[in-house]
Amino acid sequence: MTWRKIAALGFLCLFGASVLPLQSRLQREAEAAHFHKTTLTINLRERIGQAGFLAALSGFRSPLAALLWIEAHTAWENTEWGRMAGLFETVTALQPRSLTYWDMAAWHMAWNASVAALQNVKQPSEALRTRAQRAYIQLGKDFLERGILNNPDRPQLHVQLGVLLRDKMEDHCAAAEAFLKASKFPDAPPYAARFAGYEMAKCPGREREAYDYLRKLYEEGEKQRLPSLINLLRQMESKLEIPASDRVLSADTSSEH
Amino acid sequence: MNMIGPTLAIARNTFTELVRQKVFFFLLIFALLIIGNSAFMAKFSFQEQFQMLKDISLGAMSVFTSLIAILATANFLPKDMEDRTIYTLLAKPVPRHRYLLGKLLGIIALLACATLLMSALFLATLWLRESAVLMETRAQLSGAPGEEMRLATQEITNATFNMNLLPGIVIIFIKSALLASLTLFLSSFATSSIFTIIMAAALYFIGHLQATAREFWLSGVEVEWWSRLLAAGVALLFPDLQAFNLTDDIIAGTAVPLALFLNTAGLGILYIAVYSALAALVFSGREL
Repeated sequence: MTWRKIAALGFLCLFGASVLPLQSRLQREAEAAHFHKTTLTINLRERIGQAGFLAALSGFRSPLAALLWIEAHTAWENTEWGRMAGLFETVTALQPRSLTYWDMAAWHMAWNASVAALQNVKQPSEALRTRAQRAYIQLGKDFLERGILNNPDRPQLHVQLGVLLRDKMEDHCAAAEAFLKASKFPDAPPYAARFAGYEMAKCPGREREAYDYLRKLYEEGEKQRLPSLINLLRQMESKLEIPASDRVLSADTSSEH
Repeated sequence: MNMIGPTLAIARNTFTELVRQKVFFFLLIFALLIIGNSAFMAKFSFQEQFQMLKDISLGAMSVFTSLIAILATANFLPKDMEDRTIYTLLAKPVPRHRYLLGKLLGIIALLACATLLMSALFLATLWLRESAVLMETRAQLSGAPGEEMRLATQEITNATFNMNLLPGIVIIFIKSALLASLTLFLSSFATSSIFTIIMAAALYFIGHLQATAREFWLSGVEVEWWSRLLAAGVALLFPDLQAFNLTDDIIAGTAVPLALFLNTAGLGILYIAVYSALAALVFSGREL
């Protein structure tokens, strides 16, 4: 080895040592901005195989996730629900920041797989069919909850969780909380706040709170004054026996509707 | 003596030579890949379609630029020696480091062109798919209230192009230029192009594990001394290629802060400068 090669090696070590703080800082900055959140575990290695794991390690997580998603779609076409769930686990582990994957995985499980389980002609026991249906709905909910943990800075999965709790579990109190959390984000869809109010109104014991909340929304202006909100407010004013003078709709209703 | 002229002449010549070697034929494969992908994806929801189009296109972009960087750089020194063009060149008043710099600039120019062409193709496909989905949605919601229509179209446009894709593409290019300079350093002492390619490929994988080794080394976990030494060696000698993998998360919608982009780009340029300088140092003493 010539002195030049030795000098190059020595310089490389020195350079490596001098950029260490910069590399560590960059990694912290990236993690703070929600980059590099994927944890490549032995469990994932078993699921995607050696070649897949190597690809994931080498910066090809997203194409690998896309290919597995196509495989999951094929499993869906063949109604292989268990295989689909396993593939969704892998895809979401590879791309935990992709809302599409969490959202679609939850939808497939809570809507498609659960209905298929309930209508499974091979299972004569209705109790077992219902149990399987509930298990798939719960799996869909799990996907959304894990998606939220991985994407605490985005409202979309809170909205989807609210929809699932409302439509598939009929847990209106929990749905109200999910929509409420979504509505707190600056980029939340405008209907999240209204949905929170609608669900709160169906939550036993929170009727008065729901009325005040919906009334506040109504007072925000025309944008929130949709027929569903107005009708609900009117129903609640009757149900809660709000005095005519305090009713928000008493004056407006006749002129608007 | 003006040395910029000869360096640029070598760079231009390297670029032309690579183009003549039909390197750009890979674009055909890239085009087939993304057009085929978007045609095949028609049965998916639009969110899935756009997600997968971005996943596959940017992944392919990263693969192709990395391959070009390693293969083109590993090949040029042995080829110039075989053709004896290196002797003609170095017999003229062109210092060795200028020769290397010219070659590297030619390869980086090729990588820039390749990245630009692939980006144009990718963005055009994305735009075409977006237009098709928008048209379909507008037709379906023709009688819907304005607010509903606005939300639906906004959802589609949010799922397609976002400005963060651009820094992601720039980082893919910088990573490929870094790989080219790393391969140049390897080829400055390697005796064959096969050795350089194998070593560069191995370094590519090790580079992606550098961050893990660094963390392990600096975490202070009680381990065998040789384990710690190995981790330190990897952390000190190899580049952190994982730092340049921003596209996976950008595709998923994560926004890139400007500071993070600039620091990553800066680190990449620093690596390129250092590997090029080391290549020049080793090559200047090499017997030809």
